[in-house]
Amino acid sequence: MRDLFLRVRRLPGRYVSPAFLVAALLLPVALDNYLLAVLWQAGIYILMALGLTIIVGYAGLFQLGQAAFYAIGAYTVAILNLYLGVPIILGLPIAVILAGALGYLVSRPILHLRGDYLAIVTIAFGEIVRMLLVNNVFGVTGGANGLSGIAQLSLFGFTFDSIVKNYYLVVACVALTIIGVQRLENSRLGRAWTYVREDELAAEAMGVDTVHVKAVAFVLGSALASLAGVLYASRITVISPDIGRFLESVIVFCIVVLGGTGSLPGVFLGAFGMVVLPELFRFVKDWRDGLVGLAMVLMMIFRPAGLWPSRRVALELSGAEEGET
Amino acid sequence: MELFVQNIINGLTIGAFYALVALGYTMVYGVLKLINFAHGDLFMWGAYLGWAGLSLVALLGLKQGVWALIPVVILVMATLALLGALIERAAYRPLRSAGRLPPIVSALGAAFILESLARNIFGASYKTYPGWAEVTGSITVVGGVTVGVMQIIALIASLLLMAILYLFVNYTQVGTAMRAVSLDHDTARLMGIDVNRIITLVFLIGPALGGAAGLMVAVRYGSFDFTLGWTFGLKAFIAAILGGIGNIPGAMLGGMILGAVESLGAGYISPQWKDVIAYVLLVVILLARPTGLLGERVAEKL
Repeated sequence: MRDLFLRVRRLPGRYVSPAFLVAALLLPVALDNYLLAVLWQAGIYILMALGLTIIVGYAGLFQLGQAAFYAIGAYTVAILNLYLGVPIILGLPIAVILAGALGYLVSRPILHLRGDYLAIVTIAFGEIVRMLLVNNVFGVTGGANGLSGIAQLSLFGFTFDSIVKNYYLVVACVALTIIGVQRLENSRLGRAWTYVREDELAAEAMGVDTVHVKAVAFVLGSALASLAGVLYASRITVISPDIGRFLESVIVFCIVVLGGTGSLPGVFLGAFGMVVLPELFRFVKDWRDGLVGLAMVLMMIFRPAGLWPSRRVALELSGAEEGET
Repeated sequence: MELFVQNIINGLTIGAFYALVALGYTMVYGVLKLINFAHGDLFMWGAYLGWAGLSLVALLGLKQGVWALIPVVILVMATLALLGALIERAAYRPLRSAGRLPPIVSALGAAFILESLARNIFGASYKTYPGWAEVTGSITVVGGVTVGVMQIIALIASLLLMAILYLFVNYTQVGTAMRAVSLDHDTARLMGIDVNRIITLVFLIGPALGGAAGLMVAVRYGSFDFTLGWTFGLKAFIAAILGGIGNIPGAMLGGMILGAVESLGAGYISPQWKDVIAYVLLVVILLARPTGLLGERVAEKL
């Protein structure tokens, strides 16, 4: 088993990813709608976690308020759709840009401070957003009950109205995001993130504008969470402030860290562990959160680097030169 | 003016509770640079254990009355001290050298476990403290400003606990060792300090104070459920940052200020924005004075 795992890991990425994609495309044939909905949900979390991978994994910043940006995305398209009749497809870019801008505004003033402060401020920001939604700010958020009757995403007359269609939509979004994030990781910006994460002082001395590259990571990560929120709102069509709960942010954070910080395959494993497994283990009911917590503690003790550690991070930790393998 | 004074007094009472919980956060952050997310839930457990203790008193047919609170408080503090040290030993110590992220996830996991245990053992409904455990009556200070007797007792108890801690940390040898560990583990070790023992001690003291606060909050507000820990814990951590993280008098000051500001905000703006006011205060402090009001006392990790 372990041998098989190692062999899969050694396969070049160019075989693994397409194989994975083909499997994802074929799954609707084999699964019923319930399981497909679970996978769709996992896909939404994967999108959020990919955003957080940029922030936590690449740039090394603590962000524990990803659900707030998710809620901002969902509520933005919902409000635009319900009050102004803007179709989802037009609301999507607005929601994504708005979340990115807010991500910049939240992070920029405190990026130069100690990392833990960023964690606390993002938690506080998440709570502020949730309170604004609950308290029905400007009378448009529907208070604690939330909003209902949101339109579904439709593109050139094609409406994403079934779980299968929405599943493929999420798979497409995840695939495109993976390609984008992978290219980012290996770009000049990606190297700057790694540099800042490993040694901020040295990075600054080498002429990296540390605050700027960190802010860019934050903006991109927030925008991706918002995209996930848009997809969520347009399939479920009912949203409530609960989607912005701290618990959701914790789940996304744990997906990233449990899978292996900064590792893209890790995000999938993490989402499987944090979203799919608990969903399938619904029968344990009230003990579910406690079991998830126990799993988190045990995972960290026995595999602190995550299930599928990023190769780059592992190399840095072992002190070897990159590309020496 | 009366409303103002009344709000300040109410705010200082709740602020004293914030301060007690903030001490646990700030001490742990001081020695480990870890936001102990499980601390808020330990505080919540204090409320539950106090409730269980008082129920036991009634069940055994012991003398009911306010005085029963004293042994219950002591038992709650002792239990939570052990629980806190257990969590440190089981969930944090194995991760001491694992970097910054794994301990945070482990702490969140421990928080989940504590919350789930509370919900499953005590049930999801609100718990109410028995009426006989409360001192009724209030004192009129000036004009229309009244202070409950229970409020005064809680305030004095909190201040007393904080005073003992302050004296302990500043004027005993072990307290000096504790301050040394929060400055630099390696140097402290070279000076002959058993760092692990000091960290265990911190995890005994913090949860004990938090547990006492949990019990007093529950007595003061009457009812609570298993979600008590999260919001209160977050705000207590904000209080710790407000005063300067790692700084023990700072945590006390931060708690008091947070309580007062929140109470004034609830009184003059609207109670439903109370929590938002606390979070906005955090952002303002970080922008204006990132090291907190009294300055932070932690060594930078290089």
